[in-house]
Amino acid sequence: MQNKDYANLKRNMLSTQVDISKFKDFDFEKATDEEKKQQDVMGESTTFFKDGMKRLRKNPLAMASIIILAIIIVAILVLPSIVPYKYDQSMMANGIRDRGATNLGIMEYSKAELERIDAGEKVFPHIFGTDSLGRDYFIRVVYGTRVSLSVGIVAAIMVLIIGLVYGAIAGYFGGMVDLIMMRIVDIIYSLPDMLLIILLSVVLDDVLKPIIEGTILAKLGSNMISMFIVFALLYWVSMARLIRGQVLSIKNNEYVLAARCIGTKDSRILTKHILPNCLSVIIITTALQVPSAIFTESYLSFLGLGVSIPMTSLGSLANEARAGLQSYPHRLVIPAIIICLIVLALNLLGDGLRDAFDSKLK
Amino acid sequence: MLKYTIKRVGLAIVSVLIVSAITFFAMNLIPGGPFNKEKASSPAVQQELERRYNLDKPVPEQYVLYMKNVLHGDWGVSLKSGRDIWTDIQMKFAVSAKLGGSAALVAIIFGIILGSIAALTRNKLPDRMIVFLTTLGTAMPSFVLATLLLLVFCLQLKIIPVWSSSNPNYVLPIIALSIYPMAYITRLTKTSMLDALNQDYIRTAKAKGVPAVWMIFKHALRNALIPVITYVGPMVAYILTGSMVVENIFTIGGLGTSFVTSITNRDYTTIMATTLFLAILMVVANLLTDLAYKLVDPRITFE
Repeated sequence: MQNKDYANLKRNMLSTQVDISKFKDFDFEKATDEEKKQQDVMGESTTFFKDGMKRLRKNPLAMASIIILAIIIVAILVLPSIVPYKYDQSMMANGIRDRGATNLGIMEYSKAELERIDAGEKVFPHIFGTDSLGRDYFIRVVYGTRVSLSVGIVAAIMVLIIGLVYGAIAGYFGGMVDLIMMRIVDIIYSLPDMLLIILLSVVLDDVLKPIIEGTILAKLGSNMISMFIVFALLYWVSMARLIRGQVLSIKNNEYVLAARCIGTKDSRILTKHILPNCLSVIIITTALQVPSAIFTESYLSFLGLGVSIPMTSLGSLANEARAGLQSYPHRLVIPAIIICLIVLALNLLGDGLRDAFDSKLK
Repeated sequence: MLKYTIKRVGLAIVSVLIVSAITFFAMNLIPGGPFNKEKASSPAVQQELERRYNLDKPVPEQYVLYMKNVLHGDWGVSLKSGRDIWTDIQMKFAVSAKLGGSAALVAIIFGIILGSIAALTRNKLPDRMIVFLTTLGTAMPSFVLATLLLLVFCLQLKIIPVWSSSNPNYVLPIIALSIYPMAYITRLTKTSMLDALNQDYIRTAKAKGVPAVWMIFKHALRNALIPVITYVGPMVAYILTGSMVVENIFTIGGLGTSFVTSITNRDYTTIMATTLFLAILMVVANLLTDLAYKLVDPRITFE
């Protein structure tokens, strides 16, 4: 008996396809159970992200960095609500400034505080002592770390967004668009960035101050905002270059051609087919951007161009500590260690991410 | 090659011009001028001063005038001290160049030596130690290192005297400036040296019985150093900006210090002159690096 389904298929005269109508049912053999079993999926299918995380978990240095960063982040989020002091508040005794509470050493109490302890009151210890204005140094370090880390992360995200959009457009459309866009990148890339950063942060700071007065932005401080603007203006170029290179190599793949053949929109090809394939480069570069932004911020703060007082960052804490370097070296050493720790952990994490996610190294 | 060179030189000139324009217009945006003092001088004096230094003209016209003068070799006089800026820059650059040049030399020499040692003793104790120290070196900002060095060696141990112009001791500033680029060069040398040691020509040399020392220096290191050349440009930029804080910490009166103080002083002509001078240095260093890279490695094709 001939199979009707096969027989009814319309065939092109010149087709070289196998003529199924010539086959009979007994020409086909049913798959055995064993053969069927081979098709069963044994393990869960792995995704790009899961695969990378598995490899990252095997890297002890990267895992240690993640733990250190997690501890630091939890600490800067939780500690301000535990410690009863404020970063901009001098120690008070009986309603006036406690003059004995300036320049305290690690875990020291002022005279007024000792009297209060003797009276049975509980006084929260100054873990890192106090500074020359009688402010608790521990909470200042916590806030400084907060500022430094958030500057790093916000700057990295801004660089990521601008670089991603710019690089993807230049790489994908190519031709004249690419040429002009990349010339602009070339020029910005060859500018000496540090000189402009120093100059612009001074200029923007003074220009922005009257503009943002009274708004929520004023709380952030004009210095912080000008720093963000400067980062956004100058640091995206290397990201844009990287993304463009990736897009250029990926857009010639067959699956992109296939997508274009069936009439997929440019925006969908970019977001669904091309960008997910540059994900490893994007993750790694962003992770390594954070420490470099923290470096720059602390450098600017150290020159006195960073966040505005009384707000502080690790760089400005180190700068303030220079005045009493000989008598209170711990005030320099503590922020210095924290900067090194953060930058070191982020660098090692970035290296670990590269090893885990870069498809070329697999 | 010629086409590429012309293109790069053109780009360098454009970027110097852009820096000069940004600097000029940006510094005019800063509220407060060079003659705004706490004790106000009479309006007539103020006006006369502004007229004398062309400050009463519109900013674009001032810019054109200034650039014209610079192209004729006239950098003007400092608005604060009244001294000739060019002689000032020459004097300060001599100090900065001594510091930066020695730091660059130290970084390159020790970086290459340490990198080669690390590559040759891969995964053994010396390699591990070098990797550990370089990771630490790249995580420490130069200003932290400089202050710590000052604290330990000058103030606590009192081995090295604090810097003074009559008794200049460049050891600590050079260390502070050179650690980061040295760590970077070490890493760079190590990876490219490992790469070179795996090449076929090294195996051939070994098979021929070339002495190990000769093989390392003649065959491996020469090829391993090509990527290091690319870092020279960025290193010059790093050292120039790094010296701004390091000079500040050790109170060395170099170009870096004068750049920062001129901004806070609103000393327009000095800001322009130092920015332009530093920008030209960095751009030229980058230009030469790119050209040298293409010259040294004939495998690199020209766009």
